[in-house]
Amino acid sequence: MARTISYREAINEAIAQEMARDPAVIVMGEDNAGGAGGPGAEDAWGGVMGVTSGLYHRFPGRVLDTPISESAFIGAAIGAATRGMRPVAELMFVDFMGVCFDQIYNQAAKFRYMFGGNAVTPVVIRTMYGAGLRAAAQHSQALYPLFTHIPGLKVVLPSSPYEAKGLMTQAIRDDDPVVFFEHKAMYDTTGEVPEEPYTIPFGEAETAREGSDVTVVAFGGMVARALEAADALASSGIEAEVIDPRTTSPLDTETILESLAETGRLVVVDESTPRCSMAADVAALAAGEGFALLRAPVQQVTAPHTPVPFSAGLEDLYVPDAQRIANAAKAAVDWSR
Amino acid sequence: MADERIQRVTMPKWGLSMTSGTVTDWVAAEGEEVAKGADLAEIDTDKIVGTLEAAGDGVLRRVVVAAGSAAPVGATIAVIAPPEVPDAEVDAVVDAERARLAAGAAEAEQGPAAADVAVGGRSVAYASLGAGDGDPVLLVHGFGGDKNSWLFVQEPLAADRRVIAVDLPGHGASGKDVGGGSLDELAAVLTGFLDAMGIERAHVVGHSLGGAVAVAAAARAPERVRSLTLVAPAGVGTQINADFLRGFAAADTRKGLKPHLASLFADSAQVNRRLVDDLLRYKRIDGVRQALDTLLGTLLDGDGPALDIAPLIAGVGVPVAAVWGAQDAVLPVGNADALPPSVRTRRVAGAGHMAHMEAPAEVRAAVEEAIAAAG
Repeated sequence: MARTISYREAINEAIAQEMARDPAVIVMGEDNAGGAGGPGAEDAWGGVMGVTSGLYHRFPGRVLDTPISESAFIGAAIGAATRGMRPVAELMFVDFMGVCFDQIYNQAAKFRYMFGGNAVTPVVIRTMYGAGLRAAAQHSQALYPLFTHIPGLKVVLPSSPYEAKGLMTQAIRDDDPVVFFEHKAMYDTTGEVPEEPYTIPFGEAETAREGSDVTVVAFGGMVARALEAADALASSGIEAEVIDPRTTSPLDTETILESLAETGRLVVVDESTPRCSMAADVAALAAGEGFALLRAPVQQVTAPHTPVPFSAGLEDLYVPDAQRIANAAKAAVDWSR
Repeated sequence: MADERIQRVTMPKWGLSMTSGTVTDWVAAEGEEVAKGADLAEIDTDKIVGTLEAAGDGVLRRVVVAAGSAAPVGATIAVIAPPEVPDAEVDAVVDAERARLAAGAAEAEQGPAAADVAVGGRSVAYASLGAGDGDPVLLVHGFGGDKNSWLFVQEPLAADRRVIAVDLPGHGASGKDVGGGSLDELAAVLTGFLDAMGIERAHVVGHSLGGAVAVAAAARAPERVRSLTLVAPAGVGTQINADFLRGFAAADTRKGLKPHLASLFADSAQVNRRLVDDLLRYKRIDGVRQALDTLLGTLLDGDGPALDIAPLIAGVGVPVAAVWGAQDAVLPVGNADALPPSVRTRRVAGAGHMAHMEAPAEVRAAVEEAIAAAG
């Protein structure tokens, strides 16, 4: 039976159910049990945001606290995955991914290809992204385009508790390396989630709202803002269709182009910086395959090409908000009434 | 204190997930005299458009929520009163209700309460609505359906009695293990459910596979079933759309599922995104695919039907009514000819396999008739 739980609880439940179902599933990361080498008795943290809270005692020996050594434990997780385990490794902030990037993009992402399809690497790397928590330039980035760029990685951005659980279950069961992006401002958002395990396939976009005037493609944490903008637009007579791709790799281009065929207008909302972003990627899709469908220039709503500011006022201006999305949609509609 | 003769027409709760609805059209006009059961308004629940019927006689004095507007479940959308009630009194009620609506207040939700109960080691989910002295009504959905498919039937039937919609094993919020999936096993779950609920006897209404299960339950435990109402029951006649059943069970994408759902309805416009999405969510739950595959084996023998419940119907010894959509593309209406002659069958034009969604008034009338015949 479905009940209302948080984004955080949905991720926890998916991991717990998969651990119960499959003994190969293990959890590793920093501060899962209150610090490496500690007794773990208090199970105090469950990761920096408490997502894996409760798993340490429920699955003895299968929740590993690691030292602050990302390249070591991400490498260990990838190695374990090649030997039959299904590790779910938590790398606190995606901003720290740089120190272990070789393990991810040059090892995990390449094994299936380089071993002629004979190797699988079923590792899930959970990580937090996004601005809005006053965490400054090194803890606030939305770096999913970096990983989307790499063939061999699957990149997931859940936008609701329902998606978080179904996509996490799919990520754990998937035989390829998956980078699972959790927006740090979304952990307390709630929604209806079935109790039973279920999966959401990768590469299938969700049409979060139907509309015929303008297509708004929004990623992860931007979906809620796009929906907010769509509500505001509706009161001024513009019906926006909001598409939540759910995964950036693979990307459901078909659903985006189908919607564009209906509306002829496209807004892409991406919390990352604009160069080589998802916004640029989807705009290129429209400019190429969707060229004949376009009735107005594609509007890209992104962060500016700067680090995330620490100043609260500047940070609030940095992240795309509903007003900017609505303005972009209006500009697209006004171009060709 | 408002005049008791003033009846408030409220936004119905059709299904567990409905929190608000949109009045798409007022069928009755202000000032029009309406009788109990008359069509009042068309209401869109996001899932499907349904017709709201008048709960009592009177004149539709005021429309509170205009066509095109939405209101939360329980909110007053119109007022019915006899002509002799002064306008001022009606307006006072309307003004108060408008103010409540504007303030965001609505009646406490009167919709079905969902729960589950253990039946022989299985978790069986149900939604119960209404109360009364008579034997309750038990609604049993079909293959791939769930308790919410009765949304347009459960509420009106529950005006003066308890009406329970159950999720069969493998469906809705019930446990997904169907065991061998035989008709007998499913019927045993149904009688076990009555035991667990402390219900001695019930009027059982079954759709499609649920119709066959209801008949099998009546055959197993005749003392527990007061009457049977069968909506396009499986196991009657020789025609069955095997391609639909297999395609429905196998489809795992929106695109794959939608065309199959269209063949459930006479009017395929009934299949909107929400209906497809809800079904996809169900189908993606662990164990559902296996449950549906097992039940396919119960329903199909090659491309023909595996069940024949006509002899059981002839032998049940309780009143049996049937409703069949004339445009049923899953179990075609010609199958109704195989029902025993004692069964009064309503063949409903403009309805497909989901007659209880497309022609709920006919289904309700058939249930009332079966209940009356049971005495």
